[in-house]
Amino acid sequence: MNIVVLVKQVPDSGLARQLDAQLRVDRNGANNVMGELDEYAVEAALQLKEAHGGEVTVLTLGPGQATETVRKVLAMGADKAVHIEDDAVGGSDALTTSAILAAALGRLEWDLVVAGAESTDSGMGVMPQLLAARTGAPALTGARKIDIAERTVTVEHQRANGYDVLSANLPAIVSVWDTINTPRYPSLKGIMAAKRKPVETLALADLGVSEAGPAAARNEVLSAAERPPRAAGQIVADEGQGGDALADFLAAEKFI
Amino acid sequence: MTDILVYVPNSGKHAAEVLTLGRTLGDVSAIAFDDAAAALAGEYGAAKVYRVDAAGIDDYFVDPKATVLTDLARSAAPDFFLLPSTDEGKALAARVAVALDNGLLTDVSGLEADGTATQDAFAGATVVKSKSTKGFTLATVKTGSTEPAPAPGAPAVEAVAATVAEADQRVRVTERVDEPAGDRPGLAEARVVVSGGRGVGSAEDFALIERVADALGGAVGASRAATDAGYYPHKFQVGQTGTTVSPQLYVAAGISGAIQHRAGMQTSRVIVAVNKDADAPIFGMADYGVVGDLFQVLPQALEAIEKRK
Ligand SMILES: Cc1cc2nc3c(=O)[nH]c(=O)nc-3n(C[C@H](O)[C@H](O)[C@H](O)COP(=O)(O)OP(=O)(O)OC[C@H]3O[C@@H](n4cnc5c(N)ncnc54)[C@H](O)[C@@H]3O)c2cc1C
Ligand SMILES: Nc1ncnc2c1ncn2[C@@H]1O[C@H](COP(=O)(O)O)[C@@H](O)[C@H]1O
Repeated sequence: MNIVVLVKQVPDSGLARQLDAQLRVDRNGANNVMGELDEYAVEAALQLKEAHGGEVTVLTLGPGQATETVRKVLAMGADKAVHIEDDAVGGSDALTTSAILAAALGRLEWDLVVAGAESTDSGMGVMPQLLAARTGAPALTGARKIDIAERTVTVEHQRANGYDVLSANLPAIVSVWDTINTPRYPSLKGIMAAKRKPVETLALADLGVSEAGPAAARNEVLSAAERPPRAAGQIVADEGQGGDALADFLAAEKFI
Repeated sequence: MTDILVYVPNSGKHAAEVLTLGRTLGDVSAIAFDDAAAALAGEYGAAKVYRVDAAGIDDYFVDPKATVLTDLARSAAPDFFLLPSTDEGKALAARVAVALDNGLLTDVSGLEADGTATQDAFAGATVVKSKSTKGFTLATVKTGSTEPAPAPGAPAVEAVAATVAEADQRVRVTERVDEPAGDRPGLAEARVVVSGGRGVGSAEDFALIERVADALGGAVGASRAATDAGYYPHKFQVGQTGTTVSPQLYVAAGISGAIQHRAGMQTSRVIVAVNKDADAPIFGMADYGVVGDLFQVLPQALEAIEKRK
């Protein structure tokens, strides 16, 4: 079974992040990491390969430094990579990104695409459904569990108050939450082996995509500002009275 | 007049918020797939309800509803099409966007009449103004964006009969498993949420968090560190990869306030923190904070609450 795993390099969500002068995500800092949920997608893809055989191809669209993320996925155990890199991509909207990724998927042989449920920078959580619309493959999103039997994929789609069991025939697109597994770390052996694994770099022209970037975008960002801080609150130290003081505050605010 | 199309998935608070927001922008036409949703649309001031009837539609995931919504958006040609920012709402909006090659704005927390949207970036650290430049304003609206305000009326009802096309039968829903919420209010809708983090230290000690929640009539939440450690079930996780809450009162006990946690609770009206580390980031956003051991502070607070009742 051939699996494509979609990963996106993003600024580390635990550190300060900002937009650049063009109001795009600033990707020039040193704090770029693999999309945090994409690590779970990689782990899911590797486990499915271990159970069912086949190859795992990592597909990413991103600037030159995204190679680091690609290398990490290869070190975790993926077999090969396709990295789409083109200066014309910057400033694209999600619909354009989906058109580019769909064009790349059109060149690959796959039974299953695994993605994160959402990226941790723009965090739209729409790419798997956009790709379903563009490729015609079914999308089973937000999985906390994936099973494959014969040519059928079954997932538990996580909801706030339970889950739905979804199933579809392959080829299919699946996206995963962080409840699905515990991602592995690349081993030293994996890191060495990754250096010899093939990485194909493609530009938009290779994919026959001509419209990208801000001119093709269907939305524009007008302005950005830091969220105004909340007004400073009252902080008290507990010296034996903290619970009573808390109850007084709750009463004054009419919660009791 | 500005025409607003609103997808109403159910009769919940989030759907009521989206209807309320829609009403501030223009005439709302609601899309309802069942009677409860249609009734909510009437209660929250929709001028018109498309009452869709499609046999078997609930047996399939996203695709058939996306087709219905796309067809209605095409024929109604609205100025705005609003959906709740839930997994389903976003999935449907994505499908409509591709089908109509239309702009798409997700997780919007405010909208102006000219289509300017307010969105949070970076888990809420940055606030962005943006706008669609192609087609109508297609937006998914975050919970907590508006205070739901009823405006009961008698909307015109247009029955829409739809069939589930074969192409839309690709993803079958074979089972729906609801994990009962118990007697407490639902996390996303609760007026009060009391959350525990790693500092609670064990599953047994989450009983203390439950007692505080019950004393205040609230729901229980948890940080990811607490759910990962197995102290409390994952479905109660608040934050970026859990539930977004926007209650009147949010109590964080033994939670440091990591950016991913803040992403899910920072629009709460009043925030209270109990943490033994005076430097915990949660105090930076708290309206009231107690620096102390939660095992001292919360039992004392509970006693005081009981006395006042
Ligand atoms: C992609 C991604 C998504 C994430 N999504 C989420 C999410 O949705 N929700 C979420 O919550 N996190 C999320 N996280 C995790 C987040 O980064 C933090 O790790 C997590 O929120 C920490 O939880 P915590 O505050 O309970 O634990 P800690 O950071 O360990 O804090 C525990 C706090 O308890 C205090 N404490 C300890 N003992 C006591 C005591 N007896 N009395 C009082 N205080 C005490 C300590 O001083 C400390 O401040 C995500 C991370 C990533 C990478
Ligand atoms: N530029 C990209 N390259 C590869 N995969 C992507 C890209 N953008 C998004 N994805 C995938 O789609 C998922 C959801 O992304 P999003 O819709 O941006 O939140 C991510 O977790 C990735 O798996």
